[in-house]
Amino acid sequence: MSFFKKLKDKFTTTEKEHEVSDKYKAGLSKTRDSFSSKINNLVARYRSVDEDFFEDLEEILIQADVGVMTVMDLVEELKTEVKRQNIKDSADLKEVISEKLVEIYAGDDDTSENVNIQDDDLSVILFVGVNGVGKTTTIGKMAYQLKQQGKKVVLVAGDTFRAGAIEQLEVWGERVGVDVIKQAAGSDPAAVIYDGVKAAKSRGADVLLCDTAGRLQNKVNLMNELSKVKRVIEREIPGAPHEVLLVLDATTGQNALSQAKTFSASTNVTGIVLTKLDGTAKGGIVLAIRKELKIPVKYVGLGEQMNDLEKFDANAFVYGLFADMIEQE
Amino acid sequence: MAFEGLADRLQETMKKLTGKGKVSEQDVKEMTREVRLALLEADVNFKVVKDFVKRVKERAIGQEVMESLTPGQQVIKVVKEELTDLMGGEQSKIAVSDRSPTVIMMVGLQGAGKTTTTGKLANLLRKKHNRKPLLVAADIYRPAAINQLETIGRQLDIPVFAMGTDANPVDIANQAIAKAKEDHHDYVIIDTAGRLHVDENLMDELQQIKTNVKPDEVFLVVDAMTGQDAVNVAESFDEQLDISGVVLTKLDGDTRGGAALSIKAVTNKPIKFAGMGEKLDELEQFHPERMASRILGMGDVLSLIEKAQENVDEKKMKDLESKMRSASFTFDDFLDQMAQVKNMGPLEDLLGMIPGANKMKGLKNVQLDEKQLVHVEAIIQSMTKKERQDPNLMNASRKKRIAKGSGRPVSEVNRLLKQFDEMKKMMKQMTNSQSGKKGKKGKGLNFPFM
Repeated sequence: MSFFKKLKDKFTTTEKEHEVSDKYKAGLSKTRDSFSSKINNLVARYRSVDEDFFEDLEEILIQADVGVMTVMDLVEELKTEVKRQNIKDSADLKEVISEKLVEIYAGDDDTSENVNIQDDDLSVILFVGVNGVGKTTTIGKMAYQLKQQGKKVVLVAGDTFRAGAIEQLEVWGERVGVDVIKQAAGSDPAAVIYDGVKAAKSRGADVLLCDTAGRLQNKVNLMNELSKVKRVIEREIPGAPHEVLLVLDATTGQNALSQAKTFSASTNVTGIVLTKLDGTAKGGIVLAIRKELKIPVKYVGLGEQMNDLEKFDANAFVYGLFADMIEQE
Repeated sequence: MAFEGLADRLQETMKKLTGKGKVSEQDVKEMTREVRLALLEADVNFKVVKDFVKRVKERAIGQEVMESLTPGQQVIKVVKEELTDLMGGEQSKIAVSDRSPTVIMMVGLQGAGKTTTTGKLANLLRKKHNRKPLLVAADIYRPAAINQLETIGRQLDIPVFAMGTDANPVDIANQAIAKAKEDHHDYVIIDTAGRLHVDENLMDELQQIKTNVKPDEVFLVVDAMTGQDAVNVAESFDEQLDISGVVLTKLDGDTRGGAALSIKAVTNKPIKFAGMGEKLDELEQFHPERMASRILGMGDVLSLIEKAQENVDEKKMKDLESKMRSASFTFDDFLDQMAQVKNMGPLEDLLGMIPGANKMKGLKNVQLDEKQLVHVEAIIQSMTKKERQDPNLMNASRKKRIAKGSGRPVSEVNRLLKQFDEMKKMMKQMTNSQSGKKGKKGKGLNFPFM
């Protein structure tokens, strides 16, 4: 079975099974029907497999912010295959491209996309990321979702640095109807988080969502501060934090890989929330992150409303990546 | 980081192309492939890269190779010139309106850093230009956005005009300007809500504000980490609002910032400022030259070469070389050498210009202290002529005297003597291995400190 058929099949079954959200659908509707015919076109445009063909393939993937190295590796592998199997006709290469693409997008299927929430005990989720990616907004949305599921949620305002950050979380707390633990602006974030954990315990909360200040990953002191915050949580509750979610802006380019690496090193990131996917950015860099660091994407942010947070659907995501770029051809 | 790999490869390719004469097509082809990768890795949009590489190819093929450069370096020189050209000249002026107040509108995607930049810009206007700005909180959507601007205003002691979240942003802007006139503010900076460039309603709102207040500047605030999508964002904002300039934020991170090039290429609007930190005085003028080097991801090889050519006295260099060979290198030569290095500018800058220097073992975390150089100088100058010629003369009482004379501890004198000894040994080895290569001399320049 060809890749395009596989992908299409996989996508349609996914749709049946999980009911891919309307937003995904809206984003993809234009291209879904003609998806396989268009990728056929792409291959058909090139009769022979030459440098130009590979250059085009590279560009198509790079345009979606798939890591340059990831793309180069893929193309190298393809070139080797072409030599090995002595492929001259681009049509014959289709199958090979298919396999390789599936490899990237499918990744290790065993990496869990589920968020680790304890059934019977307090779960702590720590949110980390650079400035302006949407940590606080994501927390608000997630609090809403969890509350809808009947969980008792507490938020803790660990961003004591940015002007208005505490107030922003408080507004979300009011909107959703959950408690927000805070201290004055400028206080020690680790101390605030400590308070949060204590309060969540004593109030019998199911989930504690910890906000932290945005920080660029090359600021060593700030990264150390984050490690300290995590240690405080670890000390208070064995096994916590149950998730460390790196919030990543989908418009970010190659730097996202550096973010994932550095934040992982200091806080052992367990998953990614890819935000602002409702724009034109594709967030393809998460493929590179997944390939290199094995960190799965768990949620995607698709807007500014409370219910604009979706579980990540790898099939729909990859479909979006490829569908759009093929449309351009 | 991945990009170091690319910079290294660029270096490798450059080294391979060591022939002289004209830059051949093959040279250019090999180099441009690497340049293309470097630019893509830096997040420059692939279409922009394509055009760019084409231009470089056209310009570079057939060029005479400068005396001191290899064809590889020559191509990089063209690349850098083209990059700097594309980035535009120094342009960080802010418009001044004939009729006060001058109005600046800040626009951009969510999380780009508009509110922080608004504060920084106001601070800069007041501090550097002696202006009296008024900040306007027109972001009624994001929770606590107004609060954020008000906090910043308090920190800076600059007034903020706000009407809460129920007012219409167009009204807020209009009334803010009336208020500014009343209170004799000469600048009004409007902080608008972050929005997606594809959100028609919100883009409409910006257009309405613009039509109403007729701003003198519309600044698009862009996150320096933005990837391929930067062109779409910049193009849309520019089409709909005819922006007058760009502020690139979060440049204090480790991103290469290729978005800068993409934005400049598609909008042809100047990048005026760069956000360099979270503090409110960390807004700097944008330097196209520096950005070009940063995007290319290799230290500023050419500036180094240029500096070396300007400042190193060729004759002295030759003397030094022969002395190194015969291992008759003395403390006097050492002093000379140090003076030459110092002529080339601050040591840290020099190191930064050497590609790969940041990952050299030991060098990575070395904080170069110019003071140490002064100390070394003092120690050497406290030696007698004889001692400088022949360090073997040193004994405890001489060392004590030198220490006293230079005001440094004896241990430091000892350290310098030891280092000097090791250096001499190293030089001997280096020159030996060089002459061992069938008399073939090392290529390129000899830097006195390497």
